[in-house]
Amino acid sequence: MTTGKNDYIFRHRHILGIEQLSVEDIFHILSTARSFKEISERPIKKVPTLRGKTIINFFFESSTRTRLSFEIAAKRMSADTFNIAASMSSTTKGETLIDTARNLEAMKPDIIIIRHASSGAPLLLSRHINASIINAGDGAHEHPSQGLLDMMTVIEHKGKIEGLTIAIIGDIAHSRVARSDIIGFTKLGARVRVAGPATFMPSGIEQLGAQVCGSIAEAVDGADVVMALRIQHERLKDPLIPSLREYSAFFGINRALLERAKADVLIMHPGPINRGVELNPDVADGPRSVIMDQVTNGVAVRMALLYLVLGGERNSDG
Amino acid sequence: MNTLIILKNGRLIDPVNSVDAQVDVWIKDGCIAGPGDSIPVDALVYDLDGKWVVPGLIDMHVHLREPGQEYKETIESGTAAAAAGGFTAVACMPNTNPINDNASVTRFILEKAVGAAARVYPVGAISKGSNGSELAEYGEMKMAGVAALSDDGRPVVDSQLMRRAMEYASSHNLLVISHSEESSLSHNGSMNESVVSTRLGLKGIPNAAESIAVFRELALAELTGASVHIAHVSTGDSVDVIRFAKDRGVRVTAETSPHYFTLTDAAVEGYDTNAKMNPPLRSELDRQKIRLALQDGTLDAIATDHAPHSVLEKSVEFDHAANGIIGLETSLPLSLALVRDGLISAGRLVELMSVAPARILGVPGGSLAIGEVADITVIDPDRQFVYTEETIISKSRNSPFIGWKLQGRAVLTLVGGRITHNGL
Repeated sequence: MTTGKNDYIFRHRHILGIEQLSVEDIFHILSTARSFKEISERPIKKVPTLRGKTIINFFFESSTRTRLSFEIAAKRMSADTFNIAASMSSTTKGETLIDTARNLEAMKPDIIIIRHASSGAPLLLSRHINASIINAGDGAHEHPSQGLLDMMTVIEHKGKIEGLTIAIIGDIAHSRVARSDIIGFTKLGARVRVAGPATFMPSGIEQLGAQVCGSIAEAVDGADVVMALRIQHERLKDPLIPSLREYSAFFGINRALLERAKADVLIMHPGPINRGVELNPDVADGPRSVIMDQVTNGVAVRMALLYLVLGGERNSDG
Repeated sequence: MNTLIILKNGRLIDPVNSVDAQVDVWIKDGCIAGPGDSIPVDALVYDLDGKWVVPGLIDMHVHLREPGQEYKETIESGTAAAAAGGFTAVACMPNTNPINDNASVTRFILEKAVGAAARVYPVGAISKGSNGSELAEYGEMKMAGVAALSDDGRPVVDSQLMRRAMEYASSHNLLVISHSEESSLSHNGSMNESVVSTRLGLKGIPNAAESIAVFRELALAELTGASVHIAHVSTGDSVDVIRFAKDRGVRVTAETSPHYFTLTDAAVEGYDTNAKMNPPLRSELDRQKIRLALQDGTLDAIATDHAPHSVLEKSVEFDHAANGIIGLETSLPLSLALVRDGLISAGRLVELMSVAPARILGVPGGSLAIGEVADITVIDPDRQFVYTEETIISKSRNSPFIGWKLQGRAVLTLVGGRITHNGL
């Protein structure tokens, strides 16, 4: 798990997905995040590391947690941050994504953090502008900072990822978190199981390294980690599930189901939770839940990403 | 025009007349003439040693974008691209603006096509405005010059309307060309449904979205006794359904496009919007089945579905990008690869790209018998070139083949004895 600081260099200018990262990259990001985590515990939560850097939060989809987490991460590193929401931007006036990005580029930001409903939008941006791009979630493609904070949280509690069994339950088809987690956890040597109604299982998901289970009981059996995904209400219309009530009854995670998992199982959720739908409150708030740790680690992981894409220690003045 | 043109020493491949031999072709007054005793001094003589002389290639599925989207392509630029690709005629789909759903639009297109570098056969709309609710006026469009009918780009959702379209079209001796797509299944999809769409997080379009619709058209053709042509077949399942219908005697013909037998959905990796078209690129298994269907005759024709788009439609998020790629200048080299791979003979290639399109559309061409109009393509099967943006004749650049090293191309194209392209 240790990376030889002498020969290893983090070379990514953009973070578009977990897919681009090697095992060494992931461990390097996580160890950097661990070293930054302590900053958030200080009475004065600020270091000068990214002083004078300009970071734009460019969010085309509504987000509270991820946007705030990136903003706090940037501010704790003393960067200047600016938020643009889709409703404010010129894209509503018919400007293309590339034109909008070029205009932002002309104002010389160092990092653009983008969330967009279209898969691949961060990649498109990275091809047209010089700033570092960090993907804060694109369509159903990837959400790399979420995947990294999930890995950080599991390592924090389990000491490792290799050999663990991770069960991801719910809407795999529409979830960028599921993709980043499946890719990341399997890269680090975990067995990833996925389960949920067949309407939520995307074509060929097993080729990404996940084992598709016929029932959630099977997926949870002996699991070290159980991750529930948020059910989005618009899925009722597609139609993918008949009702939240039925989903909860057959695919919700409750205490009885967790009897099948390992005694020290971790309960995770990328948030925001539909209480009583994908997670029963007794599970979400129970002793095995590490959901709030995920949120805390999110800030540390994002601090690490901001630091590393700008060159990390290679580029730091102190 | 009145000059005698002599194509010497070429390999004449004219499957309709069972010719595949070194034969000189004489062209007089725009038609194929019998060889004379001696070569007049003012004759234009081309030594075509090592080249193939074939009946002019016909692309029965293109979008010329005029009227309405002249920034993407015009009849002039599109036919110039056709000539450069070896085509002497094209059939242009009606999804222009306004839509070619009435005789005045048909006449406008044909007026613009006078003197163009290729013959233009307009395809009229099946329904008014291609809205899928009312029949367009087939009789008037036929009088104005449409060669066939299609709502290409939009599936005809209503099965009853499609039934009536086939029946009514047969009364006017017009062919219905079906863009076969079950839109409730393909809805919002932007690529093939597969592990690639899963990895990229793009909404997929399953094979069944095509094969269900193909089966419907074949059932309706059987019911009505009308003939139907299936456009841009992309899946192995559609091939199986078409083979089944042909065995039952249904009057069906079908085409595929070079991208479906050349590429798979792996080309979408990196969110390349030049690999986005409808129907989408499919799996390797589908690609193989399409290739075999071109060999065994289940598929009758190769057509490009030439669909020019500008950067405005393509340099955007993948799911927002327009469907379609240009194809006129790459179709022949990509199809010649089938011959080099030993899958089909040169004669079969001529059938797929000239004889069958002429027969299906009921237009002249596909034969170089004496007296026929001199629509001729001369092919250098060995000529290698790199397909680059700078060399594209079409107004648009949306091709996944840019940068490809291709082999074989048209070096001389003649329409009615008039040279429309000379790359010798």
